[in-house]
Amino acid sequence: MGEHTVSSFDEELEHIDRLIRDMGDLSGAMTRASTNALLESDNALAQRVISDDTIMDAKQRELDERAITLIAKRQPMAQDLRSVVGAIRMASDLERIGDLAKNIAKRVGAVGQGATPRSLAHSIDAMASLVLQQVNGVVEHYVRRNPEALVHLRDEDEKIDIQYTSVFRELLTYMMEDPRNITSCTHLLFCAKNLERIGDHVTNIAENAYYVMTGSQLPVQRPKLDETQVTAEAGS
Amino acid sequence: MNMLTDAAVEETLQPLYKPAASKMTGKDVTVHYGEKQALFGVNLEVPEKQVMALIGPSGCGKSTFLRCLNRMNDTIDICRVGGSILLDGEDIYDPRIDVVELRARVGMVFQKPNPFPKSIYENVAYGPRIHGLAWKKSEFDEVVETSLQKAGLFNEVKDRLHEPGTGLSGGQQQRLCIARAIAVSPEVILMDEPCSALDPIATAKVEELIDELRQNYTIVIVTHSMQQAARVSQRTAMFHLGNLVEEGPTEKMFTNPDDKRTQDYITGRFG
Repeated sequence: MGEHTVSSFDEELEHIDRLIRDMGDLSGAMTRASTNALLESDNALAQRVISDDTIMDAKQRELDERAITLIAKRQPMAQDLRSVVGAIRMASDLERIGDLAKNIAKRVGAVGQGATPRSLAHSIDAMASLVLQQVNGVVEHYVRRNPEALVHLRDEDEKIDIQYTSVFRELLTYMMEDPRNITSCTHLLFCAKNLERIGDHVTNIAENAYYVMTGSQLPVQRPKLDETQVTAEAGS
Repeated sequence: MNMLTDAAVEETLQPLYKPAASKMTGKDVTVHYGEKQALFGVNLEVPEKQVMALIGPSGCGKSTFLRCLNRMNDTIDICRVGGSILLDGEDIYDPRIDVVELRARVGMVFQKPNPFPKSIYENVAYGPRIHGLAWKKSEFDEVVETSLQKAGLFNEVKDRLHEPGTGLSGGQQQRLCIARAIAVSPEVILMDEPCSALDPIATAKVEELIDELRQNYTIVIVTHSMQQAARVSQRTAMFHLGNLVEEGPTEKMFTNPDDKRTQDYITGRFG
């Protein structure tokens, strides 16, 4: 794409793009750090994730302000308009990822106190790796302007959902085995749910990024039945 | 759980605009000014009772095309028009066509407001008088009032209808010119940058008026303001170097145009 006749317009768009990339990198780092803190009961690391969230919030506010100012000043059209509106939406999804990572970090202390079955760490770790791969992937495809890869990435979210269902079942089993596990397992369940939600936000970002790049919307995804609901009903 | 059926999904994805019947059609329209060719075979359909915006950088041929639609180019000696332009299926360049009558059916509003140096009343009554559309004073009174009302000007000028039209503000003068154009009940109104000499408030009033007028008239507007084209039109045609580059629904043209030249022009990357 060529340059604008007004060069400061290009600089303003670039700045917004840079903020999205920064927020993307930060969301990946926060997701990684929060799950590491959870699996290793590392309270110091958890604290760092919690303080990183304020940076994330500040970046989102800056992006919003810059985007609103740009719309008012330049009245962007076509792909410029899509990229500004897309950036606002992606930033709000990235900010939510930051919140969810912070929430995982906040639970580190509570989980650490209980006698957590160590084998649990393994399935949450596997889920976290999947989620992390998605977060890093969406940022990379956005930076490289690769819409085709985003289509594939969106479909990958299903793996996280499957993994979440198996973590859910596993935690249920531990709680039934020994009621003393209930407190820590409940916290872990929330953590797993947070990871699954992060995956959903990645899906949103992928859809927005695809629209920014191509101008067309990805087809509506079939709503999937949440299997944990079936399990819950069957158990009651 | 909210399960969407296929039918419900299809329904929400229906296109926003249904295609309208075409009021005017340009077929392979070429224009030469002496040696210089200004239009290179333009094919364009103007849909009925919609607003079509013509956009493009200066010298791209959009005004030339607009002026072909009511044979305004006839007034330029060195201008030659080729191809054909149909109004309701009838070629307007047919020798049997009465140009005066044609221009009553296809009216025009220009860039700068150009009221006659006569009273407000006479400015509007002039067209119906020369076309013999009214005879009695009561008939003239009625056509003047309704035209001024349709142009959104009547309440501002009803107490000074016999004062000169040139004494009005720029925005009022432009609306007076629109009232003058609609006084002869045209079918199509051509507008060549009608707001470029107006302030934002007068511009907003004219745009509001354009939106109301499309209930009854087919409107073709040339504008240099992208925002204006996006606001007032249902379809947009992009011209460049005498060619029609792309034509389509306005919301698509301004969010996701197909042609790179359109993309570059509307985003401010050339021109």
